[in-house]
Amino acid sequence: MESKVAYDNDLNLKATELRLGLPGTDDREEQTLFSARNNKRPLPDTSKECGSKKKSDAQHVDNETAPPTKAQIVGWPPIRSYRKNNLQPKKSDQAEVAGIYVKVSMDGAPYLRKIDLGIYQGYPELLKALESMFKFTIGEYSEREGYKGSEYAPTYEDKDGDWMLVGDVPWDMFMSSCKRLRIMKGSEARGLGCGV
Amino acid sequence: MQRMACSFPDEVLEHVFSFVQCDNDRNAISTVCKSWYKIERWSRRRVFVGNCYAISPDMVIRRFPDVRSIELKGKPHFADFNLVPDGWGGYVAPWISAMAAAYPWLEEIRLKRMVITDENLELISKSFKNFKVLVLSSCEGFSTDGLAAIAANCRSYLHCRNLRELDLRESEVEDLSGHWLKHFPDDYTSLVSLNIACLGCEVSFSALERLVGRCPNLRTLRLNRAVPLDKLANLLRRAPQLVELGTGAYSSELRPDVFSNLSGAFSGCKELKSLSGFWDVVPGYLPAVYPICCRLTTLNLSYATIQSPDLIKLVGQCQNLQRLWVLDYIEDAGLDAVAASCKDLRELRVFPSDPYGPEPNVPLTEQGLVSISEGCSKLQSVLYFCRQMSNAALMTIARNRPNMTRFRLCIIEPGTPDYLTLQPLDVGFGAIVEHCKDLQRLSLSGLLTDLVFEYIGTYAKKLEMLSVAFAGESDLGLHHVLSGCEKLRKLEIRDCPFGDKALLANAAKLETMRSLWMSSCSVTFGACKLLGQKMPRLNVEVIDERGTPDSRPESCPIDKLYIYRTVAGSRFDMPGFVWTIDEDSAMRLS
Repeated sequence: MESKVAYDNDLNLKATELRLGLPGTDDREEQTLFSARNNKRPLPDTSKECGSKKKSDAQHVDNETAPPTKAQIVGWPPIRSYRKNNLQPKKSDQAEVAGIYVKVSMDGAPYLRKIDLGIYQGYPELLKALESMFKFTIGEYSEREGYKGSEYAPTYEDKDGDWMLVGDVPWDMFMSSCKRLRIMKGSEARGLGCGV
Repeated sequence: MQRMACSFPDEVLEHVFSFVQCDNDRNAISTVCKSWYKIERWSRRRVFVGNCYAISPDMVIRRFPDVRSIELKGKPHFADFNLVPDGWGGYVAPWISAMAAAYPWLEEIRLKRMVITDENLELISKSFKNFKVLVLSSCEGFSTDGLAAIAANCRSYLHCRNLRELDLRESEVEDLSGHWLKHFPDDYTSLVSLNIACLGCEVSFSALERLVGRCPNLRTLRLNRAVPLDKLANLLRRAPQLVELGTGAYSSELRPDVFSNLSGAFSGCKELKSLSGFWDVVPGYLPAVYPICCRLTTLNLSYATIQSPDLIKLVGQCQNLQRLWVLDYIEDAGLDAVAASCKDLRELRVFPSDPYGPEPNVPLTEQGLVSISEGCSKLQSVLYFCRQMSNAALMTIARNRPNMTRFRLCIIEPGTPDYLTLQPLDVGFGAIVEHCKDLQRLSLSGLLTDLVFEYIGTYAKKLEMLSVAFAGESDLGLHHVLSGCEKLRKLEIRDCPFGDKALLANAAKLETMRSLWMSSCSVTFGACKLLGQKMPRLNVEVIDERGTPDSRPESCPIDKLYIYRTVAGSRFDMPGFVWTIDEDSAMRLS
């Protein structure tokens, strides 16, 4: 930060300076200087002889002038693995950008609801949410027979305008093609559920 | 004088001794005379073995015939960061077998960094007539089937067995099924503490609800991530007496009915003092805990990926907070707020949200820690991950908080100097050890020369555990520590240019310590052999996955070294990549 201020104040000779470098290489030069001062650790001679490369590699990478792709050092920073795993956000990137809100209608219900598909990790979660939202139970899903054991069947309208049974395609595919949801009831549902 | 000492009947002495619980004091009692030794050993009920290879189960049993509570630790601390290869050791099996035979009245087993199998768990569940407490901290090797055995046998009509505590703290459990919880019998009601936060799979929720509902003494319940938020309220209503709660995933579609239900349930928990969990937090649901914030003494938000404003709103209400764990999303501004609101803070841990990113992703710097050190006069324990530090800040922190006992600083990039002066951080850490005279634990980071170790050797007279990484210039550094730190018990070092000289010159010191770990340093195999031969009461383990150290020149540095004192001799369960040296100068392969 300080150096940038200095450039603003002087005649900006740097911009008109004749150099052999490519334009826009100023920052990298500073970075080289800084990282060289950073890495004052002396290398033990023996590590080079025996070819134990871990430490020397890490240092070498830091000294390069190109933006360093850091060689990840084993066990550093000292964080337990379960913490690292928990930092992964479970939501898909799609959901983080904008919620995927779709209308949900239930046969016989007075008004529709809206849910954000992006907050669910898969079908089981979505179905449970629907069950609790509309106070009903969905049956067991099987590829052959659809949802058995209940008079309801969850369906969705896809991009082509067709009404599809929820659960047939992979979750990600479903998320991207689902335009709205409808929980069918009664004979209509059974007709859809039977393998036609 | 002797007659006076013997004039008390044994029962009286035993009664007096029963008021002395601390291990060191009991050890001192046992050295007074033969009769006190005898009475003490028969009445010792609790044994702590800091290194399971320092002594054999038979030796413990022979000395203390009637133990009710045992605590064992296995792998070295750096195993937490994957520096100890799989299969190194720490098996609890021989201990369980021996104790199953010798201690039928054993009530408590606490293990840390040990390998325990389903068979071991089954043996535990059936062998001890009055078993009460099982704590498995950072353990591995078992599955939910083992837990099912514990659950199924938690209550015994034949004996007086009634399990109270099942705590799986950060263990790695193979998730075979969530049905294990169903094995708790319907008439089992004595659960006091259940911690299943580390489990990945969904546990049978209805079984959990019923279990919680029928155990009126339940005070600690730590759920796992798979327990959804909309189920939490029901659980809380069944256990309003809870003192410690770990939520599951703290996310759900924002709905007023779910929110008010949750908020009401939290309000009903008048004893709640500790909160944790908070995976996948949806900020809109945080206000549900506001009603109880003023009673909280412990708050673990280290999984909560929420931003500073939400964190500030929450923590700002916790005036009685003593322990705070949080991600660096809290930012310097958030720590300023903590310093202003949480005047009773004793312990702060700030974890990195993006540990592998090359650039800082949040404005969290040394300033946050300085603010805390200024505002929180009771601060004793710090774990702080950040990306920049200065000697000035460290000196300020040291002068502000001479009462600090645990100081662990991790500057994420190895070898980072003082960002203001570009100097090493020697004087900063020097100030810490100089001012904080009761410092017990210290972890170093950043650019450091031998000078910091000179400070440590000179001032850190109460230091018991020191962790060092990417620091120092020569053997002098290690020598300062080994010769100066009188109370040192555990020393762990990685990637430092320390070699044979300091190690061999301070060989006797190693017998006064629990253990020494050195990896990626400059210790040669020749020195290890010498040490192993000279010191029969040390196990010198060379851990090297590149094959036998004999295949390389003796001057070649070994990969990893683990030295610990022991009265049990070499262990019998070493894997192929561990070499140890016997006193008969022959290299012993496992």
